[in-house]
Amino acid sequence: MRELTYAEALREGLRQAMTTDPNVFVIGEDIGVYGGAFGVTAGLLSEFGEQRVIDTPISEAGIAGACIGAALTGMRPVGEIQFMDFVTLTMEQIVLQAAKVRFMFGGKASVPMVLRMPGGSGTGAAAQHSESLENWFVHVPGLKVVMPSSPYDAKGLLLAAIDDNNPVIFVEHKLLYKTKGHVPEEAYRLPLSQTNIVREGKHLTVVATSIMVNRALAAADELAKEGIELEIIDPRTLKPLDDAPIIESVKKTGRALIVHEAVEMGGFGGEIVARIAGGEAFDYLEAPVRRLAALDIPIPYNRELEHHTVPQTESIIVEARKLVQGAY
Amino acid sequence: MANERLMPEMIQRYHDIIETVGPEFLKESLQTMHTIRAFEERAEQLFSLGRVHGTMHLSIGQEATAVGASSAMEDGDYLLNHHRGHGHCLAWGSDASRMMAEFMGKETGYCRGRGGSMHIADVESNNLGANGIVAGGVPLSVGVGLSIKMRKTDQVCLVIFGDGAANEGAFHEALNMASIWDLPIIFLCENNQYAMSMPMPKAFNVEKISTRATAYNIPGITVDGNDVLAVYEAVKTAADRARRGEGPSLVESVTYRYKGHSKSDKQAYRTREEVQDWQDNRDPIMRLSDLLVTAGITTQAEADSMRDTALKIIDDAVEFSENSASPDLASIAEGVYA
Repeated sequence: MRELTYAEALREGLRQAMTTDPNVFVIGEDIGVYGGAFGVTAGLLSEFGEQRVIDTPISEAGIAGACIGAALTGMRPVGEIQFMDFVTLTMEQIVLQAAKVRFMFGGKASVPMVLRMPGGSGTGAAAQHSESLENWFVHVPGLKVVMPSSPYDAKGLLLAAIDDNNPVIFVEHKLLYKTKGHVPEEAYRLPLSQTNIVREGKHLTVVATSIMVNRALAAADELAKEGIELEIIDPRTLKPLDDAPIIESVKKTGRALIVHEAVEMGGFGGEIVARIAGGEAFDYLEAPVRRLAALDIPIPYNRELEHHTVPQTESIIVEARKLVQGAY
Repeated sequence: MANERLMPEMIQRYHDIIETVGPEFLKESLQTMHTIRAFEERAEQLFSLGRVHGTMHLSIGQEATAVGASSAMEDGDYLLNHHRGHGHCLAWGSDASRMMAEFMGKETGYCRGRGGSMHIADVESNNLGANGIVAGGVPLSVGVGLSIKMRKTDQVCLVIFGDGAANEGAFHEALNMASIWDLPIIFLCENNQYAMSMPMPKAFNVEKISTRATAYNIPGITVDGNDVLAVYEAVKTAADRARRGEGPSLVESVTYRYKGHSKSDKQAYRTREEVQDWQDNRDPIMRLSDLLVTAGITTQAEADSMRDTALKIIDDAVEFSENSASPDLASIAEGVYA
């Protein structure tokens, strides 16, 4: 089985999309000769040229606007925001333009664009380079939000996102770029809004996003030694959300833990809790639904403080064990 | 008196351009300006009668900028404009009936009643829409320009924004990107001299917004925005340049709005005398009408009859709109996703 890193899988997806569709292009800061701050676009410039691998000035709102205008007029741009933190500089363009124009114009325009951005902490880059802001976008009708957790998902979801006729916020994770996994060579697509059951288990449903899927899997390996079986579910697309597999899983296990890196307050986990508690899964619950997420603080620089700000494998193990053993 | 409004040197100055554009062009321009004014006056009246709700931003007094700019563009070109955009839309060729239906929130409106006055778009004619966010459409023009370049067509993008927008960061990012990539864009700053209540001299330390073009090494020109031919000439020059692949231009069109910023504006920031002075001495419709009569292109009666034609168009638009159905409630979530 061929293995690629998450970054290589994304690059292969971009290359395949650009090869088959002349309307696809990439645009962002330092994505050309530099190859992108995390190397995702390395080599694309020499393959596709400056017209389709466009290095921009440090103008994030301009990048977003360029994607929207191009998408409105027949292109399929893939923009890169160097760090997810910097997407804050584009919010007007994304929230008030990209997400709204189709609806405001009575459904007569479409904005087929992807905006890629790496989120997450764990690199010692402190509070302005470690944000997990995905839920900001989940709150905006008209946007789709995708968060791949593996190289296989990264490529398949990216190709599907590029095919999609809506603006897609594509959230990568810095710590995942170098992780390896099986990635087929062909240009396969993984449908958006299709929740993935990553690992089956019967004692506890763990809904995790992005890198937390990997930490939950590591926790599941440990807990399996104690006879505790976690069912790991990765929504992959946060919006529009396919919640049926989550509800079905909770009906089976009777317990749920939601794990994400963004802060707990106002986070995506609250939405999952509400969907579990507000519908048919409620009667099956044998314990309170719990969340594990970041403390309500900016990401600190100090290595130990940073580590303890967001969920880790150890904290997932502790919380999952307590839930299954009836601590709540 | 006509002579006060229309100086002899103005006729002389435009002799050549009148020869080029021809009498029909001028008559059509005057007709469209009348239609825009009649449309907005009726819209305001309908608002005060409670038959149109929400808010609206009227461009009465600014008609020459809309008509002069649009008439300098070709079929297939793109338009992005701003919240005070009814005139741009009509000048671009949009149907007054479907615009009025949009004001009334009807299914037959350009945006099926989802957008209203501030968001009218007619995507089929490459009118990519009015924008409720100051400078919101300006970065989009960069993408349109890139798209034109990548598709290798000879289209041009006209993006219209106000003086207020020239103080948004998005304006500067967009001008710089358009300049470094030689994109086929005309940045048309419709300077009506007030950003809501903020007078231009208090918000700028430059006399002319067009001087900001210097910072991006692109042509910048300031023209009398109440002179339809001056606007036409400047935008045409910029369009020709863009079509030759030589890049963007910044055109500042200085004009004046007679009405408040929106429907809630008590206009405490300016005097009645100032407004009256613009209405009496620099009205764009009066000036073009005088020019046509003085140049012998139309009689006074013909020029005046265009107002009646405009009123008839608007009467029909109102009737069409009032007879149109509201959107079906069951369709409420349509158009969010493609």
